[in-house]
Amino acid sequence: MSTEARPGAGTPGTETMTVREAIRAALREEMERDDRVFLMGEDVATFGGVFDVSDGLLDEFGDERIRDTPISEAGFTGAGVGAAATGSRPVIEIMFSDFLGVPMEQIMNQMAKMRYMFGGKTDMPVTVRTTEGGGMGAASQHSGTVHTWFAHFPGLLAVTPGTPAAAKGLLKSAIRSDDPVFFFENKMIYEQEGDVPTDPDFTIPLGEAHVEREGDDVTVVATQRLVGESLSAADELDGEVSVEVIDLRSLYPLDTDTLVESVEKTGRLVVADESPLSYGVHAEVMARINDRAFFSLDAPMQRVGVPDTHIPFSPALEAEVLPDADDVRAAVENVT
Amino acid sequence: MVTADVETADGQTEILRRMLTIREFDSTAGQLFADGEIPGFVHLYIGEEAVAVGACAALDEDDYITSTHRGHGHCIAKGLDPARMMAELYGKRDGYCNGKGGSMHIADVDAGMLGANGIVGAGPPLAAGAALTAQLQGDERVALSFCGDGAVAQGQVHEAINLAATWDLPSIFLVENNQFGEGTPVEKQHNVENLSETAEAYDIPGFTVDGMDVVAVYEAVAEARKRAVAGDGPTLVEADTYRFRGHFEGDHQPYRDEDDIEVWRERDPIEAFKRRLIDAGTLTEDGYEELKSEVEATIREAVSFAESADDPAPYEAYDDMFAASIPEIEQFARKARTDGGESR
Ligand SMILES: Cc1ncc(C[n+]2csc(CCOP(=O)(O)OP(=O)(O)O)c2C)c(N)n1
Ligand SMILES: [Mg+2]
Repeated sequence: MSTEARPGAGTPGTETMTVREAIRAALREEMERDDRVFLMGEDVATFGGVFDVSDGLLDEFGDERIRDTPISEAGFTGAGVGAAATGSRPVIEIMFSDFLGVPMEQIMNQMAKMRYMFGGKTDMPVTVRTTEGGGMGAASQHSGTVHTWFAHFPGLLAVTPGTPAAAKGLLKSAIRSDDPVFFFENKMIYEQEGDVPTDPDFTIPLGEAHVEREGDDVTVVATQRLVGESLSAADELDGEVSVEVIDLRSLYPLDTDTLVESVEKTGRLVVADESPLSYGVHAEVMARINDRAFFSLDAPMQRVGVPDTHIPFSPALEAEVLPDADDVRAAVENVT
Repeated sequence: MVTADVETADGQTEILRRMLTIREFDSTAGQLFADGEIPGFVHLYIGEEAVAVGACAALDEDDYITSTHRGHGHCIAKGLDPARMMAELYGKRDGYCNGKGGSMHIADVDAGMLGANGIVGAGPPLAAGAALTAQLQGDERVALSFCGDGAVAQGQVHEAINLAATWDLPSIFLVENNQFGEGTPVEKQHNVENLSETAEAYDIPGFTVDGMDVVAVYEAVAEARKRAVAGDGPTLVEADTYRFRGHFEGDHQPYRDEDDIEVWRERDPIEAFKRRLIDAGTLTEDGYEELKSEVEATIREAVSFAESADDPAPYEAYDDMFAASIPEIEQFARKARTDGGESR
């Protein structure tokens, strides 16, 4: 039970939590469950994380397991890899995903390749948590969405929760996984609330998408913040178009079956993800549909994302490039 | 396995055996590469044997090491089996990595050998992490990272030493200064006279030792290990040494001349240690010849093991990407298993 517990709105066995609280609850439960799990990163302990995600955990677990690091992403990410190869189960926090270029060597050549290059002789139970997304005027070096790099790179698993339940269940699975998992937190949804199962054994398998709202006319596959935006768009269109909204949840592995099943029913697809449009999650989802459900399509597939720019500072400009419910709605209307 | 140490006669013989094994393994590997038997790159350790052997002899069997692209010496010094190493160089299934790593990635995690590494400077952060595991679990293990003089110019090496120093991680950073990073001499890569001076910046001890003297390396690492297990954090040890061969096999070496090599050959670490044992009466010339032919036989057997070992089957390319079964990969694995891997 998290200290912030509020009974869930209706569903038995759940409590209402924000995404932030759900992530914190997952960390707490997994650290209680397995003493090999520890969290390290910049200002995760005393400060509680720059978005307060790990607030309070230092008092519960002490500074050995909730570790502040030097500002040394290559050093501590590499140490996470070495620790994971020797039996620890580190959770590494990279404060902003824009900083992932710094430890990239350790990620792409060590973390991702070690098991394979060594012929399977080591596990790599490391979780990397990081924040993504624009919307708070943080400008280009603190607002990026880079998850496609990691979903693309062989040897890494990548998840992008869009709800509190997904955040909790996926993080718990990530920490229990013997493979490296990247857990991407969109910083604009930390305050978003939802019902989350309280059972400490509740997990969400890596590689399973989830139908958040059923519909018959158009499938919207969304990630992170755009799950909520897509649900709003679906509400607005209610009565005109019946929209099915799927939280993709895992980028890799990707739950092709759930997507295919939905498109076979609706015949129309919109993919909404905050990555730059070119070579993104959108393209991969479309390729899977092309392979397995091409003949079910009644209209060209649509994508909603950032139009290949960086995220600008001025709120007036930021609003221009960030996709939202209106963009999802326009894409749906485009094909109906 | 006989333990190598500098105090007992058996230990000294074992030190000599390991140095000879590295020399013979790498001479043979060089020849096999020239003959086209071994694909890829091979970086030989010939001339630097005292560093790996002296350092690993001062470690416990359970301790961790991280290695470099020039890793054969570290593997043998850590007690890995030359036959499975050779099979890996051949890309065979019975190699340490089932043929997926090759010369630059030999690893045996159970033996504490966390991998040779194709990325210059990548090992020290990994060693810091292994030392962090040891610290968190409260056991007496130590992690030693071998890295080259060239690697000391890499940011992540400094990040790792700073992290280890700040957290008192039970670790040792051993810089193998073989005077060159590929073709660039060390003085063109660094502003300090001795690379061990960088230790001052982290407020940790730093020593430069004669890397052609196996006893000197042993003693420095033994001291560093004591500090590490006492909770006093890392030590930076620089071993001055020299590679007698090119950077990799096939390197035509425009950056140095034969005379330089001769000066260092006079200080051959194996010859030096052999003389020392003979002078001390611990070893005879005959005893040495006997040891040498045993080592030659070991490496001959390693080569025939490697030659007769099986190639991996094509479908094995899909093994070991993940602990979990991943549908994206399984679809190819299934196909390769059924049609022999010919088509995608
Ligand atoms: C990050 C990176 N940069 C460059 C290289 C290419 N490279 C391989 S070995 C080497 C020289 C390394 O010198 P040093 O660390 O002194 O090791 P030595 O070869 O002398 O043992 C270089 C530049 C590499 N493998 N990795
Ligand atoms: Mg060098």
